[in-house]
Amino acid sequence: MSATLEVRDLQTHFFTRAGVVKAVDGVSFSLNRGKVLGLVGESGSGKSVSGFSIMGLVDDPGRIVGGSIRFQGRELVGMAEPEMRGLRGNRIAMIFQDPMMTLNPVLRIDVQMMETVLAHEKVSQAEARRRSRDALGMVGIPSPEERLNSYPHQFSGGMRQRVAIAIALLHQPDLIVADEPTTALDVTIQGQILAQVQKLAAELGTALIWITHDLSVVAGLADDIAVMYAGKVVESGSVEQVLEAPLHPYTHGLIGSVPSRNRRGTPLQQIPGMTPSVINLPPGCAFRARCPRADGACLETPAMAELAPGRLARCFHPHVEAASA
Amino acid sequence: MTVFLLRRLLQASGVVLAMTLLVFLGVYAVGDPVEILISPEADQLERERAIKALGLDLPLWRQYLVFLGNALQGDLGRSFVFNEPALRLIFDRMPATLELALGATFLALLIGLPLGLFAGLRPNALRSRIIMAGSILGFSLPTFWVGLMLIMVFAVQCGWLPSTGRGETVTILGMRWSFLTWDGLAHMAMPMLSLSLSRIGLVIRLTRSGVRENMVMDYVKFARAKGLSPNRIVFVHVFRNILIPVVTVMGLELGGTIAFSVVTESVFAWPGMGKLIIDSINVLDRPVIVAYLMMIVMLFITINLLVDLSYSVLDPRVRLESRE
Ligand SMILES: Nc1ncnc2c1ncn2[C@@H]1O[C@H](COP(=O)(O)OP(=O)(O)OP(=O)(O)O)[C@@H](O)[C@H]1O
Ligand code: SF4
Ligand SMILES: [Mg+2]
Repeated sequence: MSATLEVRDLQTHFFTRAGVVKAVDGVSFSLNRGKVLGLVGESGSGKSVSGFSIMGLVDDPGRIVGGSIRFQGRELVGMAEPEMRGLRGNRIAMIFQDPMMTLNPVLRIDVQMMETVLAHEKVSQAEARRRSRDALGMVGIPSPEERLNSYPHQFSGGMRQRVAIAIALLHQPDLIVADEPTTALDVTIQGQILAQVQKLAAELGTALIWITHDLSVVAGLADDIAVMYAGKVVESGSVEQVLEAPLHPYTHGLIGSVPSRNRRGTPLQQIPGMTPSVINLPPGCAFRARCPRADGACLETPAMAELAPGRLARCFHPHVEAASA
Repeated sequence: MTVFLLRRLLQASGVVLAMTLLVFLGVYAVGDPVEILISPEADQLERERAIKALGLDLPLWRQYLVFLGNALQGDLGRSFVFNEPALRLIFDRMPATLELALGATFLALLIGLPLGLFAGLRPNALRSRIIMAGSILGFSLPTFWVGLMLIMVFAVQCGWLPSTGRGETVTILGMRWSFLTWDGLAHMAMPMLSLSLSRIGLVIRLTRSGVRENMVMDYVKFARAKGLSPNRIVFVHVFRNILIPVVTVMGLELGGTIAFSVVTESVFAWPGMGKLIIDSINVLDRPVIVAYLMMIVMLFITINLLVDLSYSVLDPRVRLESRE
């Protein structure tokens, strides 16, 4: 079976006046039907830009300069805009981080939902409305028929994110890119929405890319995980394996800084130092300045290597002893 | 909604009352009408009789009350010059000014919106830069100079357009309108264009900055992520958002357009309220000045109310607040 999504060595750069921002510079992962991939990394590591690259929504001065994105066997990089537009919102949907900003404030919910239906299918207004209402019901919005006539500001943040999710589900897409959709919401709502999306994706067989900087979210949700650092995926594998025995020193540090995974009484570990700026990044491993294992070899840029079956990492001195132990 | 309207009407009457006081005192300070109204040859007895007849012997506050009482009955005095009720004079001239101001506003939207949209969507294109430079020109060229230039070119040199008067008019609802006949439209063309030039610049700039602000917002990116066509995103999603500031500003500007059409009307001898008020000030025709000022106040209040109403139609967030 071919993968729903196969991203190979993706490079998306922004050509700014200050220099070239290599926001995404070596991202690879693949995702099968109905599976959930957690894309994890610190702020600025290039998660959103990766998501927008898949959607074909990279804005000026950004450009995909290398790599490939194959969706159900079709190459998305360089695909003509009208063809890409036919996929967007139809076969590939996206949910954004801030639900307060994603809906148009002056258009009614029914307008914003029905136009999505009608953009991809020739159906009657009544049919488009019926489908919109059903989608609202599916994401747990009470009295969907009436809510169709509301404006975005009449919904709470959590409800707005549900509306956005309903819009993403309208055409039962094969892939949804969810860019930190629960970060802006409070914890109880976060849990509800997480559970709901997981359930719906499983029911519909939708593959899901869940972008987050929160490892604990990924732990309960994802099948696979890809950890990003400074524009590159530095480690990937199944969630159990990566969380249990991280190979890359950065993943190692990241897990050490999650409270729930620490043994009681031991102080939280923190990764020392700061995320490097991805503008004019020097060659060599970008994690070098913060890495306890760094040595002279790390002045070269490490390549992604398969260290165990299904386990890849980008490091000269990985924690293989932990993995094999 | 009704509560909102009632409250606004109450506010409006307060404003009008305050204005009557200001106008009354202001005009009182301008000069003594006795000097103008009564011929210098009149003897003392005639003078006193005239003063008494005009109520000018009463103390100031009594005079104000008399003025207010008459005003309430729609009587703002008779023009000294035309010997007609001042209000009727104003009303006769109002359609000419209204059609000029509304026409100029309409023209500004018709030309400014597409140009601003283009400049906002392609900020770096050469054509956008030319549009923006033109909008600055529209802002900064003095109205009277533009008017004179238009007359020079289109009336004197080319002889295409008439430069004075309203041309043929059609009477509807007892008022005479020029914009319904070809001849009237030809007469309107130049004053309308000269009055709208700075407003075209304003609409272009408002639209452009609105487009640029909105195009980078998340809701536009989300609309693209839904697979909508660029046309739908620009003309439905973005346009609806831009319309809010444009309509608000242009609506509020309309009052100014009416009040300051004085210059344009003088240049083109357009027989509107502005022309009338200049003539009346020259001869100190007090009742007409008072009636004009009161009329302008009423117009401003009405326009502001209409802008508020249309604003709440365009922006659902405002609609909800006024309902609560
Ligand atoms: N339009 C742009 N122009 C220039 N640089 C950009 C642009 N968009 C993103 N970047 C840069 O790309 C890098 C990656 O940004 P991205 O938004 O993908 O990070 P992220 O991992 O999603 O972070 P966060 O968790 O804060 O959302 C950042 O350094 C950012 O400054
Ligand atoms: S390559 Fe070197 S610096 Fe980079 S993570 Fe591995 S050990 Fe650390
Ligand atoms: Mg992001």
